[in-house]
Amino acid sequence: MSADNGYYVPHQSIWPIVGSIGLFVTMIGLANMLTGAWNASVLLVGATILLIMIFGWFGAVIKESESGLYSQQVDRSFRWGMGWFIFSEIMFFAAFFGALFYARQFALPWMAGDAGRLVTHEFLWPTFEYVWPSSGPAELGGEFQPMGWWALPTINTLILITSSITLTFSHEAMRHNQRQKHINWLALTIVLGLIFLGLQMYEYVYAYTELNLRLETGIYGSTFYMLTGFHGLHVAIGAIILAVILGRSLRGHFTAERHFGFEAAVWYWHFVDVVWLFLFICIYVL
Amino acid sequence: MAATTHDVHDGHGEHHHGPAKGLGRWLFTTNHKDIGTLYLLFSLLMFLVGGSMALIIRAELFQPGLQLVDPHFFNQMTTMHALIMVFGAVMPAFVGLANWMLPMMVGAPDMALPRMNNWSFWILPFAFTMLLSTLFMPGGGPASGWTLYPPLVLQTGDAFPFVILAIHLMGISSIMGAINVIATIFNMRAPGMTLMRMPLFVWTWLITAFLLIAVMPVLAGAVTMLLTDRYFATSFFNAAGGGDPVLFQHIFWFFGHPEVYIMILPAFGVVSQIIPTFSRKPLFGYHSMVYATAAIAFLSFIVWGHHMFTVGMPLTAELFFMYATMLIAVPTGVKVFNWVATMWRGAMTFETPMLFSIAFVILFTIGGFSGLMLAIAPADFQYHDTYFVVAHFHYVLVPGAVFSIMAAVYYWLPKWTGHMYNERLSRIHFWLSVIGVNVLFFPQHFLGLAGMPRRVPDYALQFTEWNMVSSIGAFIYGISQLLFVYIVIQTIRAGDKATDRVWEGAHGLEWTVPSPAPYHTFDKPPKISTADAHG
Repeated sequence: MSADNGYYVPHQSIWPIVGSIGLFVTMIGLANMLTGAWNASVLLVGATILLIMIFGWFGAVIKESESGLYSQQVDRSFRWGMGWFIFSEIMFFAAFFGALFYARQFALPWMAGDAGRLVTHEFLWPTFEYVWPSSGPAELGGEFQPMGWWALPTINTLILITSSITLTFSHEAMRHNQRQKHINWLALTIVLGLIFLGLQMYEYVYAYTELNLRLETGIYGSTFYMLTGFHGLHVAIGAIILAVILGRSLRGHFTAERHFGFEAAVWYWHFVDVVWLFLFICIYVL
Repeated sequence: MAATTHDVHDGHGEHHHGPAKGLGRWLFTTNHKDIGTLYLLFSLLMFLVGGSMALIIRAELFQPGLQLVDPHFFNQMTTMHALIMVFGAVMPAFVGLANWMLPMMVGAPDMALPRMNNWSFWILPFAFTMLLSTLFMPGGGPASGWTLYPPLVLQTGDAFPFVILAIHLMGISSIMGAINVIATIFNMRAPGMTLMRMPLFVWTWLITAFLLIAVMPVLAGAVTMLLTDRYFATSFFNAAGGGDPVLFQHIFWFFGHPEVYIMILPAFGVVSQIIPTFSRKPLFGYHSMVYATAAIAFLSFIVWGHHMFTVGMPLTAELFFMYATMLIAVPTGVKVFNWVATMWRGAMTFETPMLFSIAFVILFTIGGFSGLMLAIAPADFQYHDTYFVVAHFHYVLVPGAVFSIMAAVYYWLPKWTGHMYNERLSRIHFWLSVIGVNVLFFPQHFLGLAGMPRRVPDYALQFTEWNMVSSIGAFIYGISQLLFVYIVIQTIRAGDKATDRVWEGAHGLEWTVPSPAPYHTFDKPPKISTADAHG
């Protein structure tokens, strides 16, 4: 049964419904945690179901792929799927970048009486002067010091850019069928990703203990932690994806011609990298 | 065409060609027709649930004073009615139609990512269980209106995180559904089915899917900020911390405006399939229809401010949003012109799908015109948050989107079930609906212009008569939908045998397969003839 003999349509699968139940339990658990009704146990049960689903579902796909069921056309479906998934992620980040932009360009200057908004300023916040970074006219979260851009964030930027380059080398090696080289560069990429994550965590601890820069530090703290936090989460997911790919490569999966699983991970990693560049400029430098 | 592709599954069970037996068929299915059916049935159920809530609203508003429900519950009803109708009824109905029809229309064996397709659907029942359960929580369900504006929405009781996370689930479902649609249309077309040969329903769904992927994540971001503002002391919408409640409105409507096109573009597609069939003429101006759809989609991203004219924006922004909004009338006018031109001198017959489509063209246009009135920023200061707005968006959503879904169901039901529906009963359903809907919503224009605010359980005495008329219309419209349910059940269970082409003037690949459409269609790509190009 050659792969190019039709489009592979799996006939039944238990994984989607397992995934739905997992999502449901996770969300119910999380919501009840937020209201203070439950502890984390239900959330963890849900997350476990989701993990089982991910293993089962991806396991099935990998098995099908390795047994040669996927035609070029199936491969293209995965490409379209991954591409548009990344686009949806970009739009998710766009919402938070939009919030940052709006606060800095409109909300804060207007509260300070800019652009003819004298009444708002005079009656509500007469003493407020706008200087970014700002925790707002009420200075929520208390005195803080902003996170500088030199040193740690710059090093982190270099690490992440380097990781994109090493991943490109790994991809090149894959294309030229140099498996050992591919594996070495891939492993190095994962290590760089983990170093990045470690440094980010160090930065958070430093911000909380030394700078008094917290999530509740007004709009600056909100945008800083939500943007870098969601980005960090994506780096973590990307690193896990790359680790799975590494495991598959060690088992001899992928060929020089057919390796979209790996390529999708590469796309994702570059996406995370590009988001960081915007973050570095908008959050740290400007 | 009957040969199946690979009968290998992911790791369990025997080989089979038809549907599996029992409940497992629906839980584990990867078949686009099964999933389409699930979506449509789920949507019908939600339509009835959301409709019942609307009837509670209209019963309370039948006369001034508070008689049936307390105001807090009334506010929960307006909020839940909207969330359920938008995310539970209209959107899933169109996804159901897409599931059933897109693969057949482009000559594909199934959707591009069949397992993900199942997941997109099966998230929804859980999401709506979660949303509906909030009505029984301490403090009740959300009562802020579906727009969830802070700071009001932050006062929701224990229901708050459940609402937010339910919306996240709906978003995940929509995004996966949209990715599947795009992958199917770009990658699964039969050879010869070029982009400019695709039926218009396929085109409008392609563009809708793009809108979905672009804006659902933005909604996810907005509600995430609400959640962290409430539980983790962030300041996105808190002016004391340098945020701004108006920021939420900007983000929400950046999602919200494309969202209304998500609910209407597939309706345009449906009507563009049906009108040529019953006019026995090809669609007038096919290319301009495609470009107009794309233009509307593009414009939908730069007009969100027209929902916020009275909220406080710089004058230049008000002017920009006003003119950009009015521009949308141009491509929309192109569409209405094309539908009318398609009917012009056609050999027309008026079966139920056509009746609903013609009603769509006329009544949607009324909703479009009241939209133009609202687009005029200085005039909107008068209309804002009145019943005029309610009348406007219900005209585009009920005799607009919902009528097109009814039209689509009557049009394709014979293909799905192999049976003809009862034409006489369905015409009664149509006339009751079209009369009911106008009695229901037209007086709301007068109420709004006279100054009656929306989202109120009680009102001043001078608004009584038109509110009574409106409530009577609501019950006519609402109850006549039970007839629709009866007709659908009757068609599934019995009814005359439908032919393969069903409608004399129908063109397109879906009419070349038997009725009912076999469980698997087009395992081998069909040959595309010019006659079958864009219906």
